[in-house]
Amino acid sequence: MKYVDEFRDRDLARTLAAAIAAAADPARDYNFMEFCGGHTHAIFRYGVQDLVPANVRFVHGPGCPVCILPARRLDDAIELAERHGVILCSYGDMLRVPGTGRRSLLKAKADGADIRMVYSTLDALDIARANPGREVVFLGIGFETTTPPSAAAIVQAQAEGIANFSVFCNHVLTPPAIRHILEAPEIDPSQAARLDGFLGPSHVSTIIGSRPYEFLAARYAKPVVIAGFEPLDVMQSVLMLIHQVNEGRVEVENQYTRVVTRDGNAKAQELVDGIFELRPSFEWRGLGSVPDSALAIRAEYAAFDAEKRFTLSEKRSRETKSCECPAILRGVKKPKDCKLFGKACTPETPMGACMVSSEGACAAYWTYRRMETLAEMAAE
Amino acid sequence: MCLAIPALVTALHDGAMASVSVGGIAKQVSVALLEQVAVGDYVLLHVGYALHRVSEEEARRTLAMMAEAGLLQAEVADMGATAKSAGVVHEIR
Amino acid sequence: MTTPSPDLSGAVDMSHGGGGRAMARLIRDIFLRHLANPLLDQGHDATRIDAGSGRIAVTTDAHVISPLFFPGGDIGSLAAHGTLNDLAMAGARPVALTAAFIIEEGFPLADLDRIAASMGQACRAAGVPVATGDTKVVERGKGDGVFITTSGIGVVPAGVDIGPRRLRPGQAVLLSGPIGDHGIAILSKRQGLEFGTEIRSDSAALHRMVADMVAVVPGIAVLRDPTRGGLSATLNELTNAAGVGMLLDERAIPVRPEVAAACELLGLDPLNIANEGKLVCVCEPEDAETLLAVMRDHAEGRDAALIGHVTVGQPGFVRMTTAIGGQRVVDWLSGEQLPRIC
Repeated sequence: MKYVDEFRDRDLARTLAAAIAAAADPARDYNFMEFCGGHTHAIFRYGVQDLVPANVRFVHGPGCPVCILPARRLDDAIELAERHGVILCSYGDMLRVPGTGRRSLLKAKADGADIRMVYSTLDALDIARANPGREVVFLGIGFETTTPPSAAAIVQAQAEGIANFSVFCNHVLTPPAIRHILEAPEIDPSQAARLDGFLGPSHVSTIIGSRPYEFLAARYAKPVVIAGFEPLDVMQSVLMLIHQVNEGRVEVENQYTRVVTRDGNAKAQELVDGIFELRPSFEWRGLGSVPDSALAIRAEYAAFDAEKRFTLSEKRSRETKSCECPAILRGVKKPKDCKLFGKACTPETPMGACMVSSEGACAAYWTYRRMETLAEMAAE
Repeated sequence: MCLAIPALVTALHDGAMASVSVGGIAKQVSVALLEQVAVGDYVLLHVGYALHRVSEEEARRTLAMMAEAGLLQAEVADMGATAKSAGVVHEIR
Repeated sequence: MTTPSPDLSGAVDMSHGGGGRAMARLIRDIFLRHLANPLLDQGHDATRIDAGSGRIAVTTDAHVISPLFFPGGDIGSLAAHGTLNDLAMAGARPVALTAAFIIEEGFPLADLDRIAASMGQACRAAGVPVATGDTKVVERGKGDGVFITTSGIGVVPAGVDIGPRRLRPGQAVLLSGPIGDHGIAILSKRQGLEFGTEIRSDSAALHRMVADMVAVVPGIAVLRDPTRGGLSATLNELTNAAGVGMLLDERAIPVRPEVAAACELLGLDPLNIANEGKLVCVCEPEDAETLLAVMRDHAEGRDAALIGHVTVGQPGFVRMTTAIGGQRVVDWLSGEQLPRIC
């Protein structure tokens, strides 16, 4: 496939690997955080670690929207389907994620709730058109990439007068989360210092551009390279970060120029601004309450806001005890540091979201590097 | 949460919809998020929506830079230089 | 073999399962019309077969699939091919099948006829008759259209001894063709995931190809069809059963471009997707080229490839050299593979 296969080429990978090996200074470590779960997945799926020297390390960030959705919001979604009897439409990624008491959307569906997997908000609109007598709620999750399609669906529903459609909005923002990782007081200050740079979000940046990350270089003196999701994109971006570190430069560079510009997609940004507004604060699994880090539907569109249309009960939602997802999401711990990993918690019996989502660090380690991880755990 | 894939626009339809081909698979998608789009463009497709046009020129440049990283590396090695290969892919913007 | 067309308007009702005249008519008009052969014509609940000498292989397989009709086949042909292949994977020459139909009240007779016709065609093409059958009707809402259980018996030629305990490090792992066609054809037909291009199921009977393979190399160690759970499940089952490892080369595993594209689009891994007309063969390395040549002589094995080797280390693990030259574990699925957008 064009623009895919070329970026998975073995010869070019070898070329980049040699360039990285030559550029990396053996006298120091390079700790780069890949913010996005998409990068985590690509790194593991293609075995990128095997092609870089041991002193170039990937620190996995919180950029997996499935992983950072707190149990409370998932419990709310299940309540919408069960107590309010709506047709709840969700992307496939969310279905297996455990909420309070390890109850997932898939379990609620087995118990009789009408939960449907959709590939697009366009499908959710079709379901609403086909079921005029039922309430249809789209479970909106995701970063800036996935937000415009939710906005477009609301615009479309309003234009067509689809009155039985609403969105349960859990859309979150990338830059505040990165800032939080570098600033949050509960995080060991040495942790932030340990990071030598960021692989910046790729598809998020097609929408918001590279400009919103410039504060990272300016305020926190952290190099950033906006990186594509293909394995060669990741490798080239690592090389660019190594060069920045070696040369003492601190810049926002863009490796993913084929779809990312400095200003992003203005039309999509305008659409999102028209429908959504900032929430003063939003709870992230792992990061806690992060100010200005999520979106809510504007009052003008309350008719399409599931949180306004339905009364959601107070709940005492709980994350699974002794699950280290929170620390893993902050990049403070690795999956091998969790005593549940590979024992009580596997993809068959996930205790935390990081083991469910294919973007989650635990699932990536389990699926693609289990032997190495279990051996390390045994050695410690 | 950002699985997206390049798709070739094969036809434009009413209501900001378009037909695209993803490696030979035809699909109807929304192009409502794009300022402009034409048949023959490649777009980045995510959950049924085109997010951005793909720049052929930039893709070619990126691939050339990757190949060049190796060439420069070889040159540096030939010269026996211990210094870093400065600015190899620096000017990719 | 076919009698004049009966009236197929209308639907199956409870009387068709009652054991009376309506059931007899259903069997005559649909099942016998499409599946008739000397064995079935014996007309007994238990059919007597002269299977010749050799060890008997026996298998059974329940088929439930939605949608019932898909590009490249339907539940009728699938039920025949699936069981023929299960016999073939033991190195057996299939002798006969049985078929039990569980039909939901209200199911259109015309659709049932189509399914029986397609099963009949698959059996005739394979040269293996349905020797006996059974029909039950369940109330509306208690089935999903039609379920078919097929059993099969076959005869294993002397000298053939196929099974995972024969796996040894150094052996070659062969795959008969591109993976993922069946699963993607099914997915593409399900609601919400519509593709313009038709990807056809690879549903096919493999026993003729296997007969030729076994004739040339009777010492084949393992044959296995990577159906549910895909290639990754099959190889993990084998390595776990045998206590060996495997190393694959991602670039050697054939995947059709359209299937690869569909997988990219849906966030699926072709290694986890079901196949219904493919086999994995593990053999001594010196037999690999011979077997590949035999496979490539058959339409079902035209794109056969050497995809990896059995290894000593890391028993129970399948590893793969990735497209870019890194390594990773090839894990089997936990539960159903769900399309993802992340």
